[in-house]
Amino acid sequence: MAVTDAPRIITSRFDFDDSHTLARYEATGGYQALRKALTTMAPAQVLEEVRTASLLGRGGAGFPAGVKWGFCPADVWPRYLVVNGDESEPGTYKDRLLMERDPHQLIEGALLTCYAVGLGQAFLYVRGEMALAQERIAQALNDAYAAGYVGRNILGTDFSVDVILHWGAGAYIVGEETALIESLEGNRGMPRLKPPFFPAAKGLYLKPTIVNNVETLSNVPWIVTNGGAAFAALGAETSKGTRMFAVSGHVKRPGVYEVEFGVTTFRDLIYAPVYGGGIRGDRALKAFIPGGASAPWFFEEHLDLPLEKAAVDRAGSMLGSGAVVVMDETTDVVRACLRVVRFFANESCGKCTPCREGTTWLQQILRRILDGYGRPSDLDLLLDVCDNISPGIAWPPRQTTICPLGPSAVSPIASALRRFRPEFEAHIARNRSRVGAVAADPVVAGAAGGGAGG
Amino acid sequence: MARLNPDNIALAREIIARYPRPKSALIPLLHLAQEQDGHVTDEAMEHIAELVGCTPAEVLGTASFYEMFKLEPVGRYLVNICTNISCQLLGGEELLHHAEQRLGITAGQTTSDGLFTLEDVECIAACTEAPCLQVNYRYVHEVSTEDLDRLIDDLRAGRRDDIPPHGTLARIRQRIPEDRRAGPAMVDDATPPAWLGMHAAATGDGER
Repeated sequence: MAVTDAPRIITSRFDFDDSHTLARYEATGGYQALRKALTTMAPAQVLEEVRTASLLGRGGAGFPAGVKWGFCPADVWPRYLVVNGDESEPGTYKDRLLMERDPHQLIEGALLTCYAVGLGQAFLYVRGEMALAQERIAQALNDAYAAGYVGRNILGTDFSVDVILHWGAGAYIVGEETALIESLEGNRGMPRLKPPFFPAAKGLYLKPTIVNNVETLSNVPWIVTNGGAAFAALGAETSKGTRMFAVSGHVKRPGVYEVEFGVTTFRDLIYAPVYGGGIRGDRALKAFIPGGASAPWFFEEHLDLPLEKAAVDRAGSMLGSGAVVVMDETTDVVRACLRVVRFFANESCGKCTPCREGTTWLQQILRRILDGYGRPSDLDLLLDVCDNISPGIAWPPRQTTICPLGPSAVSPIASALRRFRPEFEAHIARNRSRVGAVAADPVVAGAAGGGAGG
Repeated sequence: MARLNPDNIALAREIIARYPRPKSALIPLLHLAQEQDGHVTDEAMEHIAELVGCTPAEVLGTASFYEMFKLEPVGRYLVNICTNISCQLLGGEELLHHAEQRLGITAGQTTSDGLFTLEDVECIAACTEAPCLQVNYRYVHEVSTEDLDRLIDDLRAGRRDDIPPHGTLARIRQRIPEDRRAGPAMVDDATPPAWLGMHAAATGDGER
C-alpha cells in the first residue's frame, strides 16, 4: 500500500465550512504567496519556481505548465490568461470542487501566473451548468477586488490585472483549449486547426494566450510559498506534487481524493479503506477507466500501476483528467460502451467529418447490438469505423480530425471489444433467437432518449 | 418579453466593457436574456447583436451551439438527469425512465402545465454522488426514485424556493468597482506590462 502522508496542497481548506470566504482564506495563509511574489520576487523568478516544480497540467493532456508558460513569443503584447473551468469529461469531478470550495486559491494562482508571464488580463471560463461555482467565484472576486488583491495596482504595486468571470453555456468540446478561445470570442465552440499556431503564440484575439486548467493553477500559490523544489520532492518520475482523483462507479466509498502523485497506485485508490474502500458487495472487478471517458480502459492486471503519467502512458492509456470509473463484474460492457460513445456523438461539434459521421455510426451500431438487432458483421464494422476516425486504433491515437474528440470515442470500443468480444457476440446471437419478437426491454427503453446536442 | 429591459441594458454595457472585444460578451449576454425571459427570444438576439456589434445571425449561430440556451419556452423547472457512465453504473438511466413515467413525458419534452422540462444530460461533474441531477442547474445528489418523487411533489407545491426559476444562473454577479478596475488589455496595445521590471535587481534581468 502506498497511502502516503503527503500534505494536502489544494484541498487543505476543504474541512472548513467557510473555506470559500476571504476571511477563511486569509486566516489560512491566503494571498501570502501573492504578497511574497510582489514584494520580493521578479516575474521570472516566479516562472522559474513553477518550472522547478514540474507541475503537469491537470486538465487531461498533462503538459508541464512551466514549459507552456515559456512558449509565449518574446515581446509580443498583450498576452492573456484563460482559466479552463469547463470541467465536463465524464467521470471528472475536481475543478468544480476547487471553484466552489476554494475560489480564492484559484484566483491567487491566476494572479501569480499573470505576474510571472506578463499576462495583461485573466478570464475564468466557468462551465455554465455550475451555478454555485459561478456564485462563489463572483463573491470571491468582489471581495478580492475590495481588499486590493485584484484589479488596479494590486497590493499597492505596479501589478495591475483584471480577473473576469466568464460564463460557459454547455458544450463539452469547449474544454479543448482552442475551442475554449473561440467560445470566449463569442463564437461556436469549434476547435482551431493546430499547428501552425498554438494558443501560447496565437490564442485569444490571435494574441499569446496561456490556457490552464483550474486544478493546475490552484497549485501555484503553494509552489510560490513553499518553493518549486518542495513540490517536486513529492511524487515520482515525471509526476510531481499531489493530484485529485475522483473515484466513482461500483466502489464502496466513491469520493474525490487528493493523493501523492506518481506513488499511489490504482489498487490503493480503488481498494484502500481511506479511498475507494473496495468494490461494492465485494464483487470482482471487471474494468476501470483510468482517466476519464476518453481513456482506454484498464483491467485487473493494471491495478498495481502507479498514478504516474509516464507509467500509465506506457501501459496504453492515460491519467487524463483524474477520473477513475470502476465497473464490477455485473456491468454490461456493451451498454457502458454505448453510453460513452453516445456522449462523444452528442458532443461532436460537427467540424470534422470522421468525427461527426463516425461517432454517430458507432452509436447507432452499438444501439442496435444492445437492442438485439445486431448483425454478425457489426463487430468488424465497428472497428472499421473506428479505424477511419483513428487510423490503426493505436495508443496514443492517430487522428483524422482537428481535435482528439473523435479518437476518444474509439477508446471504449477498442478496449471493450478486445477484452470482452464474446459479450458483444452474445448480444448479437440474441438477435437470431428473437426473430419476430420485438419485446421492449424496459431498461434499454430507459436508456433511449434525447441526449445533449451540440 | 423581448429586448433587454433598461436594468439589463445597463448590466450588459458593464459586462461588454470588461472585454477587449465586445463580441466576447455574447454568451454572458445570452444568459442575461434567458434570465429575463426564461428562454432566448428572437428580439433579445437582435438586441444583443446591436449591443455587441454583430449580426443577429451570428448571435443565433452562437446561441444554437450551446446546450443551455433554449430558443423555445421551457418549463419553470428544467430537470436534468445525468445518465453518463458514472451515473449509469448506479442507476441513472432507470432514474430517467422513472422521471419519464412520473411526469408523463419523454426526455426533451415539457409537461402540459409548463412546470417541468425533462432532459437526459451528459456528465455534470458530481460523479461520486451518483446518480445525480440538477434542477435549474442546482444539484441534487444520490437520487433514489423516492427522492425524485418527493422532489417533483415539492417543486409542484412550491416548497423549493431555494431553486430559482429557469434562466437564473448565478444570483451573485461580479461587480468591478470603478476605482479598482485595471481595464481590459486592449488587443492593439502592445505596451509591455508595467510590472515586468519589478524586483529586476533580484535576478539581474527584469525584462524577458
